[in-house]
Amino acid sequence: MKELLQRLEYRFDVSDIVQKRENQTFLTIDKKHTISLITHLRDIENFSHFVLLTAVDWIEDNLFQLTYILHNPEVNIDIAIRTMISRDNPEMDSAHHLWEQVATYQRELKEMFGINFPGSPGVNDSFILEGWDDIPPYRRDFDTKKYTEETYFPRPGRQTNDPAEYMKNKLYPNG
Amino acid sequence: MAKNKIINWKPDRSKFPDIGQDGKPVVDLASQKYVKIWHGPNHPGVTGNMSLELTVNGDEIVDAKTHVGYLHRGFEKLMERRKYIQCFPIVCRMCVAETDFPEYIYAAAVEDLANIEVPEMAQWLRTLVLEMSRLQTLLRVVPGQGGTIGLGLGVQWGVYLRDLILDLFEELTGGRIYHMYIIPGGVRGLLPDGFKNRMEEILKKVDDYVIRLTSLMYDNAVYKKRTIGIGVIPTDWVDKYGIVGPNARAAGFKRDIRKDNPYLIYGQLDYEPFTTTESDIFARAVVRLEDLKTTVDLIRQIIAKMPLNGDIKAKTPNVLHWKIPKGETYVKSESSRGEFGFYLVSDGSEYPRRINLRGPSYTHAITVLEKLLINANISDVSALMVSLQTCPPEIER
Repeated sequence: MKELLQRLEYRFDVSDIVQKRENQTFLTIDKKHTISLITHLRDIENFSHFVLLTAVDWIEDNLFQLTYILHNPEVNIDIAIRTMISRDNPEMDSAHHLWEQVATYQRELKEMFGINFPGSPGVNDSFILEGWDDIPPYRRDFDTKKYTEETYFPRPGRQTNDPAEYMKNKLYPNG
Repeated sequence: MAKNKIINWKPDRSKFPDIGQDGKPVVDLASQKYVKIWHGPNHPGVTGNMSLELTVNGDEIVDAKTHVGYLHRGFEKLMERRKYIQCFPIVCRMCVAETDFPEYIYAAAVEDLANIEVPEMAQWLRTLVLEMSRLQTLLRVVPGQGGTIGLGLGVQWGVYLRDLILDLFEELTGGRIYHMYIIPGGVRGLLPDGFKNRMEEILKKVDDYVIRLTSLMYDNAVYKKRTIGIGVIPTDWVDKYGIVGPNARAAGFKRDIRKDNPYLIYGQLDYEPFTTTESDIFARAVVRLEDLKTTVDLIRQIIAKMPLNGDIKAKTPNVLHWKIPKGETYVKSESSRGEFGFYLVSDGSEYPRRINLRGPSYTHAITVLEKLLINANISDVSALMVSLQTCPPEIER
């Protein structure tokens, strides 16, 4: 793993390297070099198994974090690549040409976070939500409780609590 | 006019549509050569709440599209508003078929971020519970492959034995399906008195069942006719489409996270993952049968080797006020379907910042199944789907 990281540092401008375990490393790279790094890892370093692609909403920094996790089945190590994209223009290059199933992940991220992947097959097709007309629901500023109260008819006598607020009042009643 | 139409008619021998530039078949529904039908979401041959939009020519499938969204409950979003301990009733519902795997990987991810060392006894108990979970799933899935082509007897035997395993789960955890036995730092309790003996009695019945199922299903001429040579996954698909678990092992790839990246006490257990190379429905079913035998053997090894007593839980802060250190991790385990993992991000607060589940069905039920169904016979759809062991809840968490 150490030699691999040295090679990557030499070739790419990677930063924030965190080795979680002997067989798992997280690193950050600039948006424009992300697909090159992933291609390099797949073709040169034998990270042939694509594990997942997901996003984290850092709303306070006005950023989305995209995390790609790849696995090398020959030496059994995982590498997680983080890249930050702006929340104002959430767009990223597609990686579906490397692994076809990435198109499904990108389709889901478009629907749930509103992150666009131009050129990704079916990226604008609805994946899970049909006829959704609100902001993408997995963004931090989407208020699940408010949406539910406005959309669904409440049952008489039912009391609803936001779990986070409820626990806060219960544990810290004096604020 | 009608007479001329008959005279001018020429037989159309073209069977399958042309392939367009995007690699998809060009289907002209107006030509009336093709019919679109829905397989699911309510269909006895669908593994859970999903549906397949099939375009057929006669009884041959020319195009297939997987549709999900019938089961979405927004688990990942819900968990962002719950404390770490409050997420346990949610994580186990992410995979109804084997609920202990999400429980374990979630607990392990929290422990990884919080730097908690789990006591050895708890690790043995976790391994036992995971293998019991695998056993009860395989007792449903292995004969279920026969069930897809009308061979229901093996399923009935399997469901009976699965219920006996669920009885043991109820005894150990208080729940039959959702256990919440694995918690951050360890497990909730030791084995009850006489548990090991009762387990051995059931394992003997499973041994007997495997022999009977082999002659009932695997030596059955009709079953062989319907499964051998059908749904072959080429070896180059395995990495190309992210195929894992028994589906990869049936294609000759010796991949098993328990062996490759040993976790819990799997490093102390003696076994070899079974592989074969035929890669058709029959081969995948054989791999699952061998997995079932391996699981029985592993449970016996665990029971024989595990310590009699010991700490079952590491000391943790008050779980209601527990702030998990900032960081992120990915923890995986080998479920009966293959790699099952959680990506967990903490921002240092009492609530998870982001949780993402990686389930094998995400690729198996969409990319792989859509490809395998092309040119398949409509009567093989259920058999193909079960042979991939697809599970919709892990697609639409």
